[in-house]
Amino acid sequence: MNPVPVIAPAQAAGQRLREALFRGATFAAALLVLLLLGGVAISLAVGSWPAFAHFKFAFLAREIWNPVTDEYGALAPVFGTLVTSLLALLLAIPVSLGIAIFLTELAPAWLRRPVGTAIELLAAVPSIIFGIWGLFVLAPVLQRHVQPWLIDVLGPLPLVGKLFQGPPFGIGVLTASFVLAIMVIPFISAVMRDVFETVPDVLKESGYGLGATTWEVIWQVVVPYSRTGMIGGIMLGMGRALGETMAVTFVIGNAHRIGSSLLAPGTTISASIANEFTEAVGDLYTSSLIALGALLFLITFTVIAAARFMLLRLDRRALSSV
Amino acid sequence: MSRRALRTFYNLLALALSGLATAIGLFFLGAILWTLIRNGIGGMSFSVFTQMTPPPGSSGGLLNAIYGSIVMTLIGILIGGPVGMLAGTYLAEYGRSSRLSMVIRFVNDVLLSAPSIIIGLFVYELLVIRMGHFSAIAGAVALAIIAIPVTVRTTEDMLNLVPQGMKDASTAMGAYPWRTITSVIYPAARSGIVTGLLLAIARISGETAPLLFTALNNQFWSSDLGAPMANLPVVIFQFALSPYPNWQHLAWSGALLITLTILVLSVAARIVVSSLAQGGKR
Repeated sequence: MNPVPVIAPAQAAGQRLREALFRGATFAAALLVLLLLGGVAISLAVGSWPAFAHFKFAFLAREIWNPVTDEYGALAPVFGTLVTSLLALLLAIPVSLGIAIFLTELAPAWLRRPVGTAIELLAAVPSIIFGIWGLFVLAPVLQRHVQPWLIDVLGPLPLVGKLFQGPPFGIGVLTASFVLAIMVIPFISAVMRDVFETVPDVLKESGYGLGATTWEVIWQVVVPYSRTGMIGGIMLGMGRALGETMAVTFVIGNAHRIGSSLLAPGTTISASIANEFTEAVGDLYTSSLIALGALLFLITFTVIAAARFMLLRLDRRALSSV
Repeated sequence: MSRRALRTFYNLLALALSGLATAIGLFFLGAILWTLIRNGIGGMSFSVFTQMTPPPGSSGGLLNAIYGSIVMTLIGILIGGPVGMLAGTYLAEYGRSSRLSMVIRFVNDVLLSAPSIIIGLFVYELLVIRMGHFSAIAGAVALAIIAIPVTVRTTEDMLNLVPQGMKDASTAMGAYPWRTITSVIYPAARSGIVTGLLLAIARISGETAPLLFTALNNQFWSSDLGAPMANLPVVIFQFALSPYPNWQHLAWSGALLITLTILVLSVAARIVVSSLAQGGKR
């Protein structure tokens, strides 16, 4: 009988050392991910402290933003961020739903890959490109053809009319929302497509077996089954829209005011920071901008965390494109 | 109309609308690419790659900005890539289902979608204030922080695709986990990991917001990592919003250049992934 090969003790010790080193390195890298989020939170808290200490809660409640008198309030940018994002979702959700339905239920197999890839490529286009496209192509089109129509037709109506008054600037809240909508469509539709694909075929076939049309199966079987995942995808898109910077900076008009008209210029948190941060003189000005960043972090963190929580059920691999 | 005809009508209407939605999505991709090509191709001359960014009114190129973007993207991926791969390895192999890994996975997903301007503010507080001035290295660190969550996610996903049997075989030979990972799992997942790195490069090479207050910009040639450095996204931002026609032309050329680069990287990554999925599944 042959002797069992034995590893020399020194060699085994070397192996164990390398094992410990490698394992330690991977563990340290994994911890670094945690530290990054913690570091971001702490640095924003520290940087925004002077502003919050000086203005107290009034920082959240005031619309004023005046570098000359050194008085700052977050209301206008926060308002602008929420309005543009919600409006963008309003525009993006139906289109994303349509794309997801087309890609999962309607398109012939040979068309799914190329069309799906093309939509995903839209997500790869850098946001600054959306910005210059929005400013030089979309804004003039909206100014000339869409906004005058909105002002004429919707402006005189009671209640909603207020949203569509004033001159057609081209740039403004509506244009920013429009660009944001185009930017979040690929994210939302990718998640919805992946969620739709998790619906068991048996369920759909049962629907068809009862004589339902394709649309009835989608609306009464697929959509209810995927509701949580769909909402998760929408919130993920909202997280994108809330923090989107460059595209919005180009087309929002950067006015620190809360207007009732969607056609008027406004501002968002990220656009204010991008526009003013490098030019901010004085500690209170800088700190107020970082405080805006801290608010943005809180808002997006909540939305994204909720979205990820809803999407936990979904196969992680299906989401890697997002 | 009979009930049946009504249902058929609704069905056709809904399906037509979903087709229309897809057409709308594709239309905007086409419109953006068309705009970039129409406005950018005219300025795409040799001098774009050989001359520095000009002052208003005179001719020039984007050489210093292209160089700066390449340098910062490379340093960003050289820092962020290995860290992300190691962390992804921990999640896929060592940590797997521990509670800590669940938390890290969740935090990583949050970082993946976190606004990049926040990362810029973080690096500003972390490096720029301490160093006292804007610098290329601060920009590269900001890009690295954005690249990490992308790499963590793709690495973990790709390592999970490696068949358990291969890992077991290696373990049964008496290999320590590090040996199994570096000699069996990494080679098996190589193209997937490369895809992840390509996607990370595509993601960070177009980032503008985090560079605004880290690397800033530089009108001149600079290879000093401790000083502000020109980079394509910020130059595009500055030039596009300027009133000078020659700057605006350069902005369009830069925009075309950067978009084509990113689209090529993204398509290449997808080709690698699809060949992997076809070969790896069965």
